[in-house]
Amino acid sequence: MFEEYSMAELTDILFMQGFAGLILFSVLVLMALGLAIIFGQMGVINMAHGEFMILGAYTTYLTSHIFETYLPALFDGYFFVAMALAFLVCFALGVLVEWGMIRFLFKRPLDTLLATWGLSLILQQSYRTVFGAREVGVTLPEWMMGSYSMTETIEVPINGIFVMVLTLFIASGVYFLMFRSLWGKQVRAVVQNRPMAGAVGIDTGKVDRYTFGIGCGIAGIAGSAFTMIGSTGPTSGQLYIVDTFLVVVFGGAQSLIGTIASAFTISQSQSTLEFFLSGSMAKVITLLIVVGILMLRPQGLFALKIRQ
Amino acid sequence: MQQRSNIRFMSRQEVLGYIMLAVILLAIIPLSLDVFRLNLIGKYLTYAFVALGLVLCWGYGGILSLGQGVFFGLGGYCMAMFLKLEASDPESTKIQSTPGIPDFMDWNQITELPWWWEPFRQLPFALSAIVLLPTLFAFIIGVAMFKRRVGGVYFAIITQAIAAIMTILIIGQQGYTGGVNGITDLRTLLGWDIRSDSAKVILYYVCSAALFICLLLSQFIRYKKLGRILVAMRDREDRVRFSGYDVANFKIFVFCLSAMFSAIGGAMFTLQVGFMSPSFVGIVPSIEMVIYCAVGGRLSLLGAVYGTLLVNWAKTIFSETFPELWLFAMGALFIAVVMAFPNGLASLFKRYIEPKLPAWYSGKTMVSKAPIIEKDSSMETAHANALGSEENIGSSKSLAKPETAVTVAPRTDEKLEGGVYVD
Amino acid sequence: MSTNRSDFVLAVEGLTVSFDGFKAVNDLSFYVDEGEIRVIIGPNGAGKTTVLDLICGRTQATSGSIKFRGEELTRMKEHQIVHHGVGRKFQNPSIYDDLSVFENLEISYPRGRSVFGSLMFKRDREVIEEVENIAEIIFLQNDLDKPAGLLSHGQKQWLEIGMLLIQKPDLLMLDEPVAGMSVAERKKTAELLNRITQGRSVIVIEHDMQFVEDIAHRVTVMHQGKVLSEGSMERVKNDPKVIEVYLGH
Repeated sequence: MFEEYSMAELTDILFMQGFAGLILFSVLVLMALGLAIIFGQMGVINMAHGEFMILGAYTTYLTSHIFETYLPALFDGYFFVAMALAFLVCFALGVLVEWGMIRFLFKRPLDTLLATWGLSLILQQSYRTVFGAREVGVTLPEWMMGSYSMTETIEVPINGIFVMVLTLFIASGVYFLMFRSLWGKQVRAVVQNRPMAGAVGIDTGKVDRYTFGIGCGIAGIAGSAFTMIGSTGPTSGQLYIVDTFLVVVFGGAQSLIGTIASAFTISQSQSTLEFFLSGSMAKVITLLIVVGILMLRPQGLFALKIRQ
Repeated sequence: MQQRSNIRFMSRQEVLGYIMLAVILLAIIPLSLDVFRLNLIGKYLTYAFVALGLVLCWGYGGILSLGQGVFFGLGGYCMAMFLKLEASDPESTKIQSTPGIPDFMDWNQITELPWWWEPFRQLPFALSAIVLLPTLFAFIIGVAMFKRRVGGVYFAIITQAIAAIMTILIIGQQGYTGGVNGITDLRTLLGWDIRSDSAKVILYYVCSAALFICLLLSQFIRYKKLGRILVAMRDREDRVRFSGYDVANFKIFVFCLSAMFSAIGGAMFTLQVGFMSPSFVGIVPSIEMVIYCAVGGRLSLLGAVYGTLLVNWAKTIFSETFPELWLFAMGALFIAVVMAFPNGLASLFKRYIEPKLPAWYSGKTMVSKAPIIEKDSSMETAHANALGSEENIGSSKSLAKPETAVTVAPRTDEKLEGGVYVD
Repeated sequence: MSTNRSDFVLAVEGLTVSFDGFKAVNDLSFYVDEGEIRVIIGPNGAGKTTVLDLICGRTQATSGSIKFRGEELTRMKEHQIVHHGVGRKFQNPSIYDDLSVFENLEISYPRGRSVFGSLMFKRDREVIEEVENIAEIIFLQNDLDKPAGLLSHGQKQWLEIGMLLIQKPDLLMLDEPVAGMSVAERKKTAELLNRITQGRSVIVIEHDMQFVEDIAHRVTVMHQGKVLSEGSMERVKNDPKVIEVYLGH
């Protein structure tokens, strides 16, 4: 099937395909980070994670409108304000949800799964009621449009590069938060031994609440970034959600590196396969490979072997 | 000690419960509804098969599958393939460029029936495929997961991914599967027009009967030691393992069984509704089926049927009047049932309705034929009261009920059973 | 350190398990005789529970061998190990709260352990008699119809011991059987253990020194995954190494 391509063309295609994979990778990492933090901390998969992301996207959409109408001079920088707002809105909702729902379902991960699914339905319908069923898109600031030509044949879109840089930034932020800050130490203490952490004076309830909030906040940022490369509808959150769950489960709970590595594996294999097969078959095969590997290594790629 | 060896297949309440359901399904509903509505109820009942499977698998076994739609769909597609081939005889498809193959294949420039469609021309093959294919698929998933001790959230997510894979596959391969529209325009079963009113009534009865067979089969499992092992396994998996059981085999069994029920439901769906499409396979329908089971009470076999009927009836009412509210209601239902009523309708029935029922319901005034044993039942009663705040529904006949001639007020004899859902 | 003596019920040799480099059990060897009650003591984190986990297959050994009546256990699955006659009690009472005491014991009765077998299992005279018999040994003959969740902590511990007994194991492993028990219950448990060890070997992990003295034939002291000292209680008590790490402070 390769005869019709020259060697140079093949390299270019592979490169572009790899770059498309990198953008997908960035989106997956952004989405998975928040989910992974929550999963690692509470052993809970937040089924409404996609809807939190969309909340961030809608927040960005609204912010862009406000800037367009009232502060056109500052439009170039609206995205950074939007991102901060997206984080705050999602964080606040996350804390509220943890306080009103999740904490009562402690130690019932399967029930939490169902309850958060219920939440996701409610959020979806709220978006539909408020923003309508049609997808909305944001206007990109000037500097983010267009693409950067690396060679004559290879062009990479600037918004793609921006999303990648942002991902790098957020991932390092999470790393510092979890592994270099006092708060991160408390979180890890609670994960490892909840009663003991409580006994040494850590407010485990509060740690749970903020962890959940931060996880949701990061989903908000992911949603914000998402508007840079795609449009937003009430059910857009569902689009990547299975992939995201798999990324987290595949990476293994409590492992940041695992999350990133598994996002990389999944996105690269999907975008590479997409070149050879139809999009849907590529997805099917990618998911099958992940499920297959999970069966061989149920704890995920990077789980620690610990004493039971 | 005599009564301990005398475990009964059903308690008096259960017998009455089954009779009640039979009266509702076989008499009240068919007599009071027109064919259109009856057919609708018949469609709901096909989901009850899935909910029933989930009671065994999730309520008893503690295995939450978010991919039951896959098995429902597989069963439904097997049935649909047979019906489609019957509907695609060369005579009625002569306007196609390749007569004799299903219309959607023709639209997708396929000129020959794929080899794996071929055997579905035979009804016996199709019928066995309905039961065996999904069961086999569940067996493969089960062996791969449970032998590797994948469970809990991981299992839920993986089954969900499988549901996603299945949907993408069906939609992507539209030449072979009918794509997003599914397999439609099904007409006859061995020449019998399944779209006629009389056929719909008959199929409704067939569906109800099949559901009853599945219910009784589940009841049987619950009554045997297997049912108690499932409960034990859900609560203390390690202990069961160290009592010498290969836990994985039990999980595989119950998962396969629930897949088989779902598949039968799917096939009944195809027969009654006249088509099958990927919208019954994916993530959303699969998880919706979990709520049917949860609303009925995850430990209650009969509850699964009532829960399914109630949720679907509500869905129909809502979609007819305020469609935009339905998702809110559904979301709230998920949250409420998990947080406030983890044992669903069944627990509400136990708590509020059963105490008001006349004494003959619990059978306490009846003198049984069993030998009268000198045994003080007050102790058990005390425990029953101690547990009274918990819903003691479902599960096996753990307590040998004192079959004495003593007359006890029904309230005090709340049955203690193995399925108490305690966290 | 190999042995061909067949009168050992259990021969553990060179057993090592490492969790990401941390050797919880390090080159451990010990032997248990027929009919012996062996008590393993040691400070927290010495690897005692891990040893039981290794023997009953809950944890996979990194290296070393565990021979039970000459058969290698390290490669067997948990339920196979049970079928070979090893029973294990957990540190926290591990019983089925939702089932009655009778059913708890019935499930542990060694028959109908396959899926099909459990479907065909019949609660016949033999089962009932055996359950009642065991219930009497574990002082629960009057509580058979009680949901196990309503038992007192001590009774739960006994029930779990009963669930092991009904399996008729040749080797019984008990992880802190008297933890959380009252003095009276401890006495009763010691009595119970002495009674049920007829014809079988027992490994017990325990912290309660009085209780250890009451029951132990021999004591193995573990420290940092290794055997620190072994022998009669008297000898172990006077071993300077033991005094230093465990008893002396």
